Amino acid sequence: MKFTEEHEWLLAEDDIVTVGITKHAADALGELVFVELPEVGTEVSKDDDIVVIESVKAASDIMAPIDGEIVEVNEELLENPTLVNEDPLGKAWFFKMKPDNMADLDDLMDEAAYSALIA
Amino acid sequence: MSDLKQTPLYDLHVELDAKMVPFAGYEMPVQFPLGVMKEHNHTRNAAGLFDVSHMGQVIIRPKSGNIEDAALALESLIPMDVLGLPEDRQRYGMLTNDQGGIRDDLMFANRGDHLYVVVNGACKDDDFAHMQAHISDSCDLHIHDDRALLALQGPQAETALARMIPEVAEMSFMDLKTLSYKGQDVWISRSGYTGEDGFEISIPADHATDFARELLAMAEVEMIGLGARDSLRLEGGLCLYGNDIDTQTTPIEAALNWSIQKVRRSGGDREGGFPGAEVILTQMADGVSRKRVGIAPEGRAPMRGGTPLFAESDSDTQIGTITSGGFGPTVGRPVAMGYVDTDLSAKDTTLFAELRGKRLPVRIAALPFTPANFKR
Repeated sequence: MKFTEEHEWLLAEDDIVTVGITKHAADALGELVFVELPEVGTEVSKDDDIVVIESVKAASDIMAPIDGEIVEVNEELLENPTLVNEDPLGKAWFFKMKPDNMADLDDLMDEAAYSALIA
Repeated sequence: MSDLKQTPLYDLHVELDAKMVPFAGYEMPVQFPLGVMKEHNHTRNAAGLFDVSHMGQVIIRPKSGNIEDAALALESLIPMDVLGLPEDRQRYGMLTNDQGGIRDDLMFANRGDHLYVVVNGACKDDDFAHMQAHISDSCDLHIHDDRALLALQGPQAETALARMIPEVAEMSFMDLKTLSYKGQDVWISRSGYTGEDGFEISIPADHATDFARELLAMAEVEMIGLGARDSLRLEGGLCLYGNDIDTQTTPIEAALNWSIQKVRRSGGDREGGFPGAEVILTQMADGVSRKRVGIAPEGRAPMRGGTPLFAESDSDTQIGTITSGGFGPTVGRPVAMGYVDTDLSAKDTTLFAELRGKRLPVRIAALPFTPANFKR
């Protein structure tokens, strides 16, 4: 698993990368009440705002961690946003993307580096 | 946070692991480990304890010794019937400015030989100076920095508080009494700002933490932060000063006409005589071009203060603005309030909010979103 400074996690399987937010981010946001997901097929560039999440406190954006195409979104989050608080690293993934360049993941943090960031 | 003040319950908040934020010049708890959503639901289902000690507690004492002189003095600053308020009773009101705008909203009570006024924390210094400037000829004014103010809100508030002070069970909505607890005078009103039954409790500062701990030891009671206070008052259709009402909105635009009693209206025995009376009474007679309404977003996206409103999905002219909004945990969907053109203010009118570049439908809704559970 890889991590970004924006508190996203990325899990690569074959040529598909699953993206979610970390427990640290989910705890800081508080209970989520709304999630807006990108459309499947969207071509995204790193740092594009592609997901809107709102907690009881405030709205935030989730950015595309790398360049690529959105191939699947987790529609269960639309009906059940608090899943993000309950299982941020598992069931509450946000989207799956097909990276333009799989090697972009190499620039991201590993778990030890991310743990140091939030320590 | 060094310039921020602390309430008498500050150490208790820290001990309870509250997330503290700056609010109205104080370090206040925005949430406790329970979290905003559960704190909200706990208040609606059982009893929530709130620290509202940042609010200003002002005593207005007539120099003549005659309470009617204090009542008439306060009537020169607010469009409410103070003279007709019976002893031990409280009312909602607002200080107005010369343009008819709202300087602050407040609660005032007749305490027999003096008036007790509770104003917003962010406005209290200005309010006190304003009152000093206008009514200190006839009244002595005192602001009680030596007392904490707690609110216990929810359907089990009476059960919980009556274990400590049995007399509260006999009180009705908007009663205010001095009661005794362990030798201390506590000023208790049956009121609050959540839409639930409950009490507001003024207690000497150095006894406040023990009092709160005794309540928190009861199964019904949880400590609640400002986050849930905001979602509770929003569902209750209650205005937040600085968001939904301010110096640029009049009581009539804010749909607070009910708070202006007949005796102060046109044709009443003590008609006018408060700042901005001409504007306010004219608006009461002729109507207003915009008014505050409840707004129910039709989708799931919460809409917060500042969101612009339009009549159509493609019209250019803004016809209103959301002034506060968010997710309503009790109603299970987004709720909001704001100002719209009066001719578009009828219940069930569909309007469009512009959110992140998209026009999303909203509906004008009756306030409150959740029914009030007051003990009349």
